[in-house]
Amino acid sequence: MSGAGDPPAIDVRGVSFSFSPREGPRAVLDRVDFVVGGRDFVGIIGPNGGGKTTLVRIILGLLDPQEGSVRVLGAPPRAARRSVGYVPQRASINLAAPASVLDVVLMGRLGRSSWGWRFPRSDREAALASLALTGTAELAQRPLASLSGGQRQRVLIARALCADARLLILDEPTAGVDAEAERDLTELLHRLNERMPIVIVTHDIGFVASEVGSVLCLNRRGSVHRPQEVTGETLAAMYGGSVRMIGHDGCGGGHGVHVHAHGHADREPPGARGAAP
Amino acid sequence: MIEFFRDLSHVRDAPHLLTGVLAGLLASVACGVVGPYVIVRRIVFLAGAIAHMAVGGVGAAIYLRFAAPESLGWLRPIHGGMIAAVAAALLIGTIHHRASERVDTLIGALWAIGMSVGILLMKFTPGYESELMGYLLGSIVYVDWPDVRLMLALVAAIAGTVLLFHKRFLAICLDEEQCALQGVPVLGTSLLLLTMVALTVICLVQVVGLILVLALLTLPAAAAGQHLARIGAIVWTSIVLSMLLTTLPRAAVYGTRISPESAIVIAAGAVYLASLGARRLRARRGSSGAIASAPDGPA
Repeated sequence: MSGAGDPPAIDVRGVSFSFSPREGPRAVLDRVDFVVGGRDFVGIIGPNGGGKTTLVRIILGLLDPQEGSVRVLGAPPRAARRSVGYVPQRASINLAAPASVLDVVLMGRLGRSSWGWRFPRSDREAALASLALTGTAELAQRPLASLSGGQRQRVLIARALCADARLLILDEPTAGVDAEAERDLTELLHRLNERMPIVIVTHDIGFVASEVGSVLCLNRRGSVHRPQEVTGETLAAMYGGSVRMIGHDGCGGGHGVHVHAHGHADREPPGARGAAP
Repeated sequence: MIEFFRDLSHVRDAPHLLTGVLAGLLASVACGVVGPYVIVRRIVFLAGAIAHMAVGGVGAAIYLRFAAPESLGWLRPIHGGMIAAVAAALLIGTIHHRASERVDTLIGALWAIGMSVGILLMKFTPGYESELMGYLLGSIVYVDWPDVRLMLALVAAIAGTVLLFHKRFLAICLDEEQCALQGVPVLGTSLLLLTMVALTVICLVQVVGLILVLALLTLPAAAAGQHLARIGAIVWTSIVLSMLLTTLPRAAVYGTRISPESAIVIAAGAVYLASLGARRLRARRGSSGAIASAPDGPA
């Protein structure tokens, strides 16, 4: 939690959002409240189209809500976004660009140094330190396209940290990552959580159940729970249908149950995986 | 070829040989500096549209000078081309950025309309057809000192801007969303890059002509990108490659009936195809270059 007198890292109050005025102001998000404290590790789960990425984009200042207020690190989102490390779900990085891993990580310093041909030595040192922190220092000169999914996620976390982030937001960090890399990633996130609050958007119910401190269940409307409160009933209510859990072995981090939602095909979480509540 | 360099050494007898060579070298710097961004950002189609819309400006300048010779006698076709190219860059860049769906057809329409306007205006301007054709197909043989001075100013502006904005240009090529999060104005940076493309197009007009401008703007950079993994190396290689391509083919066809502009473009195409072949050969042996070897699409 945040220290006495510190503003919350994220303070979302009554936020509503719609992409189309014809659908009304609450078509995507409907009066969502969401508060993240100083050392919180929070998961956001919900079906596809439930508003998870939209909420993140509002927190990042890339979208403006129709209703409600948003403060990030005590400031409006646009003013705070240089202090927010963001790892997108499917990084919109052009893999064909002639750039090394170091060049990609240095993008985290663009807000401080965006003129000229080369980044100053202090920025390069900061980028190398971020790579070292995420265990990817030896990849600095490699093209991003040559990395595995797990290595790429670590490099993108390094880019987020390179911006001197005080808050880390990750969208589906474990998607497309193998079991061993997922364990390493989880360990890295817990280490980083000692320094800053972390918010993870995920379909991985098992990850939520075992790793995070609290969960925002979001399907247009939001409700915050402790992980152990995320039961089959909670998921069924959120996904809009019955939920079936299928046990399986050893697929990353020791989680052992798949969640399948029925009744609303467009609300089914693809590849959702979870622990028995 | 030897004859070309021998005549070049007698500048007083053949001043246009020297100005043509200088024009080629200056244009090489411009397209070597800007071409790599065009390739990496995948805006070759936009660059083509800008070049062809510039034809409208050339036609308009020729017509206005004919219609009002006393007040607009100072107006050169290249001025009209430059204004049209920059306006086209801003218009196309804004459309491309704001449109939520693919805009190929709209940009293709602007491409055709710009060129048609130029040709139409030419028809209203008796006796100027050859001048417009010079801008369409290039006229490296007729480059004069005012042209060289204009190109020098343009190249200085392009190189200075790229040196100042390189990190932003590379960043929007890499990841627009991250740029926005870092407070870099994506639309503004994109429009500035397209304006540099427009100025480069104007530099290349007399070397290869507006119709063939894409060849020199993109092929040397694309050839370099097949084998190099860093943008700095690609820029320098593109400049040197372009300098060779604007000079040697012209020297090779000197004294023959073959037009130097066509020779330059055919040589650029041949170098690119040879580069593709060399890359495939290299890939079979287990190594690869950066731009061409990386998969398309997002990470």
